[in-house]
Amino acid sequence: MDYIGEHLLPGQLGQFFIALSLVASLVATFSYFKSAQSKNNADASHWKKLARYAFFTEVISILAIFSILFYIIHGHLFEYKYAWQHSSRSLEFKYMLACFWEGQEGSFLLWSIWHCVLGLILIKTSKKWEAPVMTVVSLAQFCLATMIAGIYIFGWKMGSNPFILLRDSGVLDNAPMLHINGDVNLGLRQDFLLSIKDGNDLNPLLQNYWMVIHPPVLFLGFASTIVPFAFVVAGLWKKQYGEWTKQGLPWALFSAAVLGVGIMMGAMWAYESLTFGGYWAWDPVENASLVPWLVLISGIHTLLIYKHTGYSLRATNLFFILSFGFILYSTFLTRTGVLGDTSVHAFTGEGSNLLIHLLSFMAIFLLPAFILFFNRYREIPTIRKEESSSSREFWMFIGSLVFFLSALVIIGKTSLPVFNLIFGTKLAPPENAEYSYNQIHVFVAIIIALLTAVAQYLKYKETNSKYFLKKIVGPTVIAAIAASLILAFGKVNYEKEGIGFMAAIWIAVACSVYTIVANAAYIWLGIKGKLKLSGGSISHVGFGMVLLGILISSSKKEVLSNNINGIPAPLDKSENPGENLTLVKGLTVDMDKYSLTYDGDSAHPKKQLSYYKVRFKSKNGKEEFVLTPNSFVNYKGNEGLMSNPDARHYWNHDIFTYITSISNPDKKGDTISIKPNKMNLGDSLFYSSGFIILQEVKKSTDSLPVDLFGKDGSLHEARLKVHSKTGSVYSIAPKLAVAKGEVLALPDTVIAESLILQLQKVNPDNSIVLGVKESNSIMDYITIKAYKFPFIALLWAGVIITAIGITISMVRRIQLNRKSGAES
Amino acid sequence: MKKIHIILLVFIAGAIALLISLLNTGSTYDTITEAKAKPGKFVHVAVRRDTTMSVEYDQLKDPNYLSFHAVAVDTSKEKMRVVYRGGPIENLMISERLILKGKYNGDHFECQEVQSKCPSKYKENMKPQPNKSAGQPTEKSTETSSATNSEAN
Repeated sequence: MDYIGEHLLPGQLGQFFIALSLVASLVATFSYFKSAQSKNNADASHWKKLARYAFFTEVISILAIFSILFYIIHGHLFEYKYAWQHSSRSLEFKYMLACFWEGQEGSFLLWSIWHCVLGLILIKTSKKWEAPVMTVVSLAQFCLATMIAGIYIFGWKMGSNPFILLRDSGVLDNAPMLHINGDVNLGLRQDFLLSIKDGNDLNPLLQNYWMVIHPPVLFLGFASTIVPFAFVVAGLWKKQYGEWTKQGLPWALFSAAVLGVGIMMGAMWAYESLTFGGYWAWDPVENASLVPWLVLISGIHTLLIYKHTGYSLRATNLFFILSFGFILYSTFLTRTGVLGDTSVHAFTGEGSNLLIHLLSFMAIFLLPAFILFFNRYREIPTIRKEESSSSREFWMFIGSLVFFLSALVIIGKTSLPVFNLIFGTKLAPPENAEYSYNQIHVFVAIIIALLTAVAQYLKYKETNSKYFLKKIVGPTVIAAIAASLILAFGKVNYEKEGIGFMAAIWIAVACSVYTIVANAAYIWLGIKGKLKLSGGSISHVGFGMVLLGILISSSKKEVLSNNINGIPAPLDKSENPGENLTLVKGLTVDMDKYSLTYDGDSAHPKKQLSYYKVRFKSKNGKEEFVLTPNSFVNYKGNEGLMSNPDARHYWNHDIFTYITSISNPDKKGDTISIKPNKMNLGDSLFYSSGFIILQEVKKSTDSLPVDLFGKDGSLHEARLKVHSKTGSVYSIAPKLAVAKGEVLALPDTVIAESLILQLQKVNPDNSIVLGVKESNSIMDYITIKAYKFPFIALLWAGVIITAIGITISMVRRIQLNRKSGAES
Repeated sequence: MKKIHIILLVFIAGAIALLISLLNTGSTYDTITEAKAKPGKFVHVAVRRDTTMSVEYDQLKDPNYLSFHAVAVDTSKEKMRVVYRGGPIENLMISERLILKGKYNGDHFECQEVQSKCPSKYKENMKPQPNKSAGQPTEKSTETSSATNSEAN
């Protein structure tokens, strides 16, 4: 049956290229394998030629799949589930890419594209390593291709196909209006597509420029970890254990820089555009991407040790295998929903099919790698003699181990749900989950920072202690002074977790200052300012800045919207003041060093997005600025807010605010009628343009005219002060009479404020119910949270400097390789 | 073999730290019934918001006080009142599942942290929104949702 308006050709072409990609990557894997196994050169080059053709075909297929899928999204072909699910007609062009990788299929495709790019570079540059290394890459391409295949094998669904039609996806099965005669048991109407006017749209929180750039960078980082892994496997396989390191090192550096930047882009996105109140929360998803990076850094350092001394090759092999292994494991954790309730991120995925799929993905790569590694472990060259404890390599190795250990601790804690799944336990993260990470990692930071500061001043093999002391004394003194000044005047007071933890933070701050100073100094003291050689030092300076930035910004993060000054909240002394603050439009409220006024809102012309203007005015009168946090209100009929923060950046801190609640739009009409409010003596009550304070409740029973009130009559009077935002104060006294068994309210009005107050009830404890009626103004208010993050810029700058440093090292290593390649 | 010794020590210390931190979390995932059975203990409870009861939140009175009713996600249909002193909860009204972290004390659950599932890359939030103007006067277009929720979960 043909359906009206469907464009089937792009999907059919896409299916074809998926099939082609499956075959091509399999052929490439097999041919590269044969080439690597061949004993004679003619055979090897014959297979290699075939493998290259197959890989080029694979590249073309993947690019074709990408283009077709993009065409479908861009053309709003909602007959395809992918376009319908992730995009809409109103989606701006720049977010078309974002919605491309919003879905599972698109993100695997993105990964695959990066493998293609990396593969092409490897084919061009890796010379004799091409066959074994590309065997691994091609196999990964095959595995990724199965992820988007969406074919059934013996009833087991393998992968999920991006070209599935909307009508085949099951989405419409319960939509009667799209079925013949409105019966879901019958087929779809031939013209059902005419009813699908628009897609589901990209999640509004993802309509953000970070979503456009963060995933590609992160996935390039993910994808590139396969290269060091492949080199390790190739070395073990060909029994040329140390030789690959020359080519492997720049790749590992590349991977470390890109993955690191990708992770921190995610952190920056969380900080800038999501309302998690920070850039890092030890969420399983964050941890899962950090762990491979930590292990990769360990591997790079042990590899450097090997290159200079011959030690640590075994450890290097292990680290690079594990680094890629953790990438696979992370994918498994974050895609299959196994993390379940531990993460703020929602993962549904494809259920058990995907679980098995990703587990086998892991097994296919890790089992052979580990079998090779352990079988040939003894053959991997090493040096029997022990490292001298005055040598650089010894301390570098310790540092690598600490990094690795930190990675194990993080992934162990993150794997709690996996542990529960296997052992049927119900363990949950501890009460203070973040602290449980921080208390361990503050010590990791101390050790790493200390080692990073000192190790460069040690020489490989053996260090003369006189030389070492002479060089290190200057930086140490400077660092000690700098750290003392920071600690003395920086007010790094973090008493929440006790004095011991604060002491640890102080030490960590001092050590990271030491790292920055010592490594910056080393550029002149050690390598005489030669920029080419200073990659390591620069990246260490950057890393020190990252550490310092993290320590200061997290421990000195301040909640500005503490509910102390603003709207009075009935707090017990035992309670922490909450972090939310309500601002009534036009009414100025004190907050920390600022007085805040909510000026009003404006709406986005096309979307259900509102911008709220909050005016910050410092109390010393020196500055005034407006922050405009925004919020999607009741997006797509879903009650609630999706907020994006706004921040003002200073060189040494950020002021950061976002909306947590707004006045209920439905309630706005209610103020036309009289609204009852319960009040105690001294309470204040807000109305649209000011507030009312209950000062006194008087009751008179005597001296009432009996003819009017009867015998048991009484008259209550509430004395109130009305403070309007214009500064005027009005006294007002509504009354409540009980006369001859009848209750009679005698309201009072403030005409200037269009305000009518009615005393509705007086309780024995002198609390009252006050009816408020505002005739023509509407109460408008928002609730915000505001934070101050100090020295957050230091963290971002540190990340950039680290990446620059690593890049300098990488370029130098590539140049060295070229030189030695030309000589040999 | 001095170095090996140090390495082993570091590893053993690390392994112990890991085991302790892993197993000694002091918290568990519980149901409402279990949480009520151990008042005062910090637990994680997966719940749904009880949509038959209203949410108590008045930002003019106290922008940090929020109270709502929760119903168990298991079959027990057990309910409890939840007090959260951290202000509005993102996605409270639409969330299918909330993870409450806190302690049950007598008459209500004192919640310290709420985890509502944030919209993420991988969330399958599918609601076909067919357009009424497509010549379908009789059908209820609002009730076409939840088609894929079963598939997604």
